[in-house]
Amino acid sequence: MQPLLLAKSVTKRFGGFTALDHVDITVSSGERLGLIGPNGSGKTTFINCISGTLRNDSGSVFFDGADISTLPAHQRIRKGIARSFQIPKPFPTMTVRENILIPLEFGSTKSKSQDRRSPDDVLDLIGLTEKANETAAHLTQVELRKLELARAVAVDPKLLISDEAMAGLSHSEVDDILEILLSLNAGGITIIMIEHIMRAVMHFSERIVVLDAGQKIADGEPNTVAEDPRVQEAYLGN
Amino acid sequence: MKGSVFFIGACTVVLAGLALTRLGVNEYYFFAGYVVLQFVVLATAWNILGGYAGYVNFGSAGFFAIGVYCSIALTKAFSLPLPLLILASSIAAGLIGLATGYLTLRLRGVFFAIATLALAIVLETLVSNWSYVGGAAGTFVMRPKTVIFFDSYVEFLFIVMLVLAVSSVVIARTIERSRFGRGLRAIRDEEVAAESMGVPTLKLKLLATTLSGALMGAAGAPFSYYVTYVDPPSAFNLSFAVNAVAMPLIGGTATWLGPLIGALLLGSIQQIATVTISSELNLLIVGLTLIIFVIVAPDGLVGAARRISKWVRGN
Repeated sequence: MQPLLLAKSVTKRFGGFTALDHVDITVSSGERLGLIGPNGSGKTTFINCISGTLRNDSGSVFFDGADISTLPAHQRIRKGIARSFQIPKPFPTMTVRENILIPLEFGSTKSKSQDRRSPDDVLDLIGLTEKANETAAHLTQVELRKLELARAVAVDPKLLISDEAMAGLSHSEVDDILEILLSLNAGGITIIMIEHIMRAVMHFSERIVVLDAGQKIADGEPNTVAEDPRVQEAYLGN
Repeated sequence: MKGSVFFIGACTVVLAGLALTRLGVNEYYFFAGYVVLQFVVLATAWNILGGYAGYVNFGSAGFFAIGVYCSIALTKAFSLPLPLLILASSIAAGLIGLATGYLTLRLRGVFFAIATLALAIVLETLVSNWSYVGGAAGTFVMRPKTVIFFDSYVEFLFIVMLVLAVSSVVIARTIERSRFGRGLRAIRDEEVAAESMGVPTLKLKLLATTLSGALMGAAGAPFSYYVTYVDPPSAFNLSFAVNAVAMPLIGGTATWLGPLIGALLLGSIQQIATVTISSELNLLIVGLTLIIFVIVAPDGLVGAARRISKWVRGN
């Protein structure tokens, strides 16, 4: 079966620093992939290259069989790739509902009259209904994380990339977000989850990819990966 | 405000202006009113890029002067009628806006502001060395001797600028309520997120720069007929660049109403000060008002009014 996402030898340099060094990652449709690695290992750079926020210097990214390497970010979301940001980037002068309207109006390929989601439907899905008319600048951390997810899922993406949606949240808040991601996946959305909270990653992922210093060092089932000596070395040193 | 009410209001303003020219009011009021209306156009045009999209343009005087000199060159070459001069000037300034945007819009924040400032200086140097339009010495422009319907040419220019001012406010309000306007707002709030949510940021920014430049160029087109003598320091005057930024900031940049109020208020104060105190005082007034507003009401008069009404309703 053709994979949903195929990253082939993706390389990204910042000046003399190689942030991604020939990374190959494949994601199948419907899969839950965990992407882990120490700080600075290139996880966010990788998803920036996938979502189009950055362009890779060499290698290519295929989505749904098509080469999307040269597409700008605003066109990739219309192909079905949505992402959340590690540091929430809300539109602070807009209300929560207006925040959701931006991806609905610009990122969705469906017209309003078709089966495009309504903003209230999205808010209900993520559990932000009560905050609909609140200005985004007044939200708490966990609400901001939810808003990030809400804006990403508004367009009914095929692939959702969640970049540390749980960092800095309490135990129960992590469970809250985890539940949302699992139910989105059950609804048919393929998910790449970047996370440092191992409890969440191990619980969520069907497969885990580990990056270290811009290179892929492991790719497999969660338990196998966790016992991999190279992975343990990357995290703990030798 | 409903669209139809707004549209009727806009038409009423133009008709009221026309009626005023029939009442035998002292010509000086039209002379002074022209300047205030010219600032309404400049402030509204600046706000399309600066207020809606958050890109500060310090080169407004440059775009205004493109309009001034485009119309001088065309008058010398073909002696075209004023409406055609306005059209040509806005196209020229719009195209230069588009080109500038393409070259500089990858620069954010203060870098974009510096680039626009540099553009104005480059253009002024070019014009100073272009002898066909008078070069550094400047040039005289003869007004047509008669004009149909109006008693004097100044009254005619006043109505022309009134139509331009009303049109730019209508354009700004239309943008504000459109998908285009919502895209610009997303860019102003958080550009990287906007792009990743499907907003074609470069395209929208280029469109905003083009429109903003075109309106500034249109405001400059009748200038040579108004002053009858133009040299580079008057067309590229610092006052245009400073006022185009200060007026929207004082009125409030979020809506079309802000630049309008800011321009009417600050423009009128400057006209009154010119007559009663001294014309040298103008920029000082603008500077002081701006400092006061940045401290007391950073979101301008419109923003302050909203906060007060919210507070009153809250009690």
